[in-house]
Amino acid sequence: MTNANISVEMAPSEAESIFQDVAFTKALRTQMLKFAKLQVRDSQLAEDAVQEAMLSAYQHIDRFARQAAFKTWVFSILKNKLIDLLRKEKRHTAASQLEEGPNLSGDALIEHLFEENGHWQQDERPKKWDQPDHDVENDDFWRIFDACLEALPAKYGRLFMMREFLEMDTPEICHNEEVSVSSLNVTLYRARLRLRECLEDHWFQKETS
Amino acid sequence: MMKCKQATQMLSEKLDRPLSNKEKINLAMHTAICSPCRQFGRQMETLRELSKSYTKAKEPEEK
Repeated sequence: MTNANISVEMAPSEAESIFQDVAFTKALRTQMLKFAKLQVRDSQLAEDAVQEAMLSAYQHIDRFARQAAFKTWVFSILKNKLIDLLRKEKRHTAASQLEEGPNLSGDALIEHLFEENGHWQQDERPKKWDQPDHDVENDDFWRIFDACLEALPAKYGRLFMMREFLEMDTPEICHNEEVSVSSLNVTLYRARLRLRECLEDHWFQKETS
Repeated sequence: MMKCKQATQMLSEKLDRPLSNKEKINLAMHTAICSPCRQFGRQMETLRELSKSYTKAKEPEEK
């Protein structure tokens, strides 16, 4: 049948209107690109992944009449594309070869946070975070969150994002990145320590400090 | 007795692998008496939730 491919044109108009909403599409694209670039540190590859994800989404647009559902779905396509990219990229830059970053290959951060006896340094004790769920709606919060992610050493950021953003499991990350389970666990621990510290310093305790 | 340094690592690893019963008991004994580590544990969960909402967050307005 020659018209097998025209189902897109016959999609319900309310679904098509998702793509016709220029402001929505543009903002979504920007957000996807930012997300992709954080993980695949190559602008062209990131652009391609976003483009492909948008195209796949467009081809099945008739299933999505609501912008919110559409957005969740297009991001799940993008995540799969990024996982594929990271798998292919393995031989070039497995995390095992990435820099740990200054002051971090050693235990400088741990030493900074904890006393020699293994207890928290007085000033570094975690404080209560007020209403983090409210911050999800706050653009300023996400700017800080991005800055904190970008400040992570490359290896930490990559493994953290594989685990938390792409929701890959431990065995798969270890296999892909050629790191041992214990090394992955330690790296994730340190990434979270740093991220926690950064968010607390720059967001959650900002008013009171 | 487990120290904060080990406890925080356990609180992070808890998100990546199931802890053994022994680890769970030691961790519970530590957090029962250590409020900063209890905060830390909650914040680890928050970091996970925040990462999950990253792609659902309201995108910044393009001005």
